[in-house]
Amino acid sequence: MCTLRAAVSLAAVLALTQAARTQDGYPSRLDIGVTPSAQELAQFYAIPPDGRGLPPGRGSYAAGQKIYADSCAVCHGDKLQGIPAAGIGGDRLIGGRGTLASEAPVKTVESYWPYATTLFDYVKRAMPFTAPGSLTDEQVYSVVAYILGEANILPKNAEVNGSSLPKIAMPNRDGFVPDPRPEVELYR
Amino acid sequence: MPRPYALKDADVPDKTAHEIEINESSQLQGNELLSSSSAHLSKIEEQAREESAMADPQGLPEDDERTKSQIAAMIEAERDALARRRRELESCDCKAGMFPDPGRRRALFAAGSALAAGVTLGPGHAAAGKASPGAVWRDVADDPTKVPGTPTAEDGGYGSRSQFESDVRWRYPTPTTISSWTMAPLDRSEGIITPSGLHFERHHGGIPTIDPARHFLFVHGMTQRPKKFSMTDIKRFPSVSRLHFIECSGNGLTEWRKPTLKTVQGTHGLLSTSEWTGVQFSTIAREVGLKEGAAWVLAEGADSAVMTRSIPLEKLLNDGMLAYAQNGEALRPEQGYPLRLILPGWEGNTHIKWLRRLELSDKPFMTREETSKYTDLLISGKARQFSFTMEAKSVITFPSGEIKLPGTGLYEVTGLAWSGRGRIARVEVSADGGKSWHLAALQDPVLPICTTRFRFPWFWNGQPAVLQSRATDETGYIQPTLKQLVDIRGLAGPFGSVYHLNAIQSWAVAGDGSVSNVHA
Repeated sequence: MCTLRAAVSLAAVLALTQAARTQDGYPSRLDIGVTPSAQELAQFYAIPPDGRGLPPGRGSYAAGQKIYADSCAVCHGDKLQGIPAAGIGGDRLIGGRGTLASEAPVKTVESYWPYATTLFDYVKRAMPFTAPGSLTDEQVYSVVAYILGEANILPKNAEVNGSSLPKIAMPNRDGFVPDPRPEVELYR
Repeated sequence: MPRPYALKDADVPDKTAHEIEINESSQLQGNELLSSSSAHLSKIEEQAREESAMADPQGLPEDDERTKSQIAAMIEAERDALARRRRELESCDCKAGMFPDPGRRRALFAAGSALAAGVTLGPGHAAAGKASPGAVWRDVADDPTKVPGTPTAEDGGYGSRSQFESDVRWRYPTPTTISSWTMAPLDRSEGIITPSGLHFERHHGGIPTIDPARHFLFVHGMTQRPKKFSMTDIKRFPSVSRLHFIECSGNGLTEWRKPTLKTVQGTHGLLSTSEWTGVQFSTIAREVGLKEGAAWVLAEGADSAVMTRSIPLEKLLNDGMLAYAQNGEALRPEQGYPLRLILPGWEGNTHIKWLRRLELSDKPFMTREETSKYTDLLISGKARQFSFTMEAKSVITFPSGEIKLPGTGLYEVTGLAWSGRGRIARVEVSADGGKSWHLAALQDPVLPICTTRFRFPWFWNGQPAVLQSRATDETGYIQPTLKQLVDIRGLAGPFGSVYHLNAIQSWAVAGDGSVSNVHA
């Protein structure tokens, strides 16, 4: 019995040595999992500042104005001023330029967000708050056009699409610095 | 010091804000020290009511109505929590009887004696069906040695805490409960592990209910072999278990300008520690094969916020972990069931919950959270970005805010210390506001990137005192004072730079033994 068990163990060890192994005896790859289909991966997106992955379509201020009134204003206010009331809590979206270097900074899309691509990504990803992911790509482009129009970052007749969006210069584009911690001042 | 995770110029494409609740009572070490009285709580409530009624509780700029209302709501939430505690004490004689109030205890005894046997049908019975969260109400026998107890396995096979325990995390009063957070009751904490049901929470789109049989992790992008893993697949990989704290970088945001919340639950409750079990990211990396140039990884959750953060690949390969278990069982839903990212020592928001996707990339994605939210605006107008590390910090959990010392004598001062850079090397305690410091004893185990419990015997002579703790980690970093941090970063807003407040905490002990949150 013991001999049989030893033989089986030896066979198992020999089988394992066929694959590359790390020192602790585990194979470096286990061939677990399956290859996802292109269709499965197509459901995902995350839009970096260079615009990679932006979908086809276009949006306008005028179309965005209506979508905003229907889907966004209830939380963010009809003037994009934000509503901090109980049960709502939508952020203020515009204004605040020139306030960041003060004791009363107003952080909005207009004053603080460094990339317009982030606005597209976030609206498509997580808005409207109670029905995230329900807007079409064209609707998202339009909401972006409306918010950036109201923020005086884009002219109100500008079209927003996959090639124009990454080129939009946000006012606070250069407002960020690398984390310097641990702070050298603490070592004096 | 190397700063491997600083945003490099090459990463910049073509050049170119939380919630609260509080606990208050005073579980002291040893029954004789227990002092939480209804009268004391009444006084606290009264104070809180007065403060929240102040027109300008923070001396903030006139136009900052939103901040004022937030702060008022926080104070109100803390007050409500204190009031709830008081009501519990009054409505349940069974519980109140545990407190050293001789008069009440005698009354209970008399009531019990009046019954022939069996259970006490006193005022406590009226609380039936209203057991505290996580507890099941059972009638209380007058003498547990005279009647059989609850039948074995009547709980269905999963136990619950005693009905006499009522500590809860409480919610910071954000306008919506869907994006909100809860604080862990650190004033009652023992040891270094946070019970899973008391682990702090931060949700941006509510808590999704996910069937693990329908949950997959996709790993793709700059990989040689993109993969889709089921939860069964994930659990076939070699696993590791590690104890780590998680701290929200917003922990303490109310405390920049002045002492605002009263208890350690309110000031430090966005901290919790668990044993996490899962798969190292490095294991997954070999499985999918990394392509040349891969430097960042987008982690994405399956909640309605579809939460995303960009993480440096170096960190993930160093100690990143995909966890499916917490404290010996599956993750709790509010902690990311069935799978979450663990990035030891980094701000809590990066520990993506309900993890469904990892996308390898050459550059960060500049998601909403890592640009507009979890960045630290300085008084210069510039904001620090990718400020991942939670630096060395400590806090005394006993005695802490709203506890009342019943008299002079020896007390064991105890608290927690932790650092995102490694082990805690030393904790010092001061009873005179930082003029003199004394080494505290560190309770084993002292683990890297984990809370460490410290203890210090202190004789209170009845004079006013200011208790502080100061942690030093194994890199030699010493926990700074609030003034040091403000001198460097400024106060850019009502909550300062909001995140990464790791300053020394001060608790004032008044002549009557009451303990309060102060800046000293």
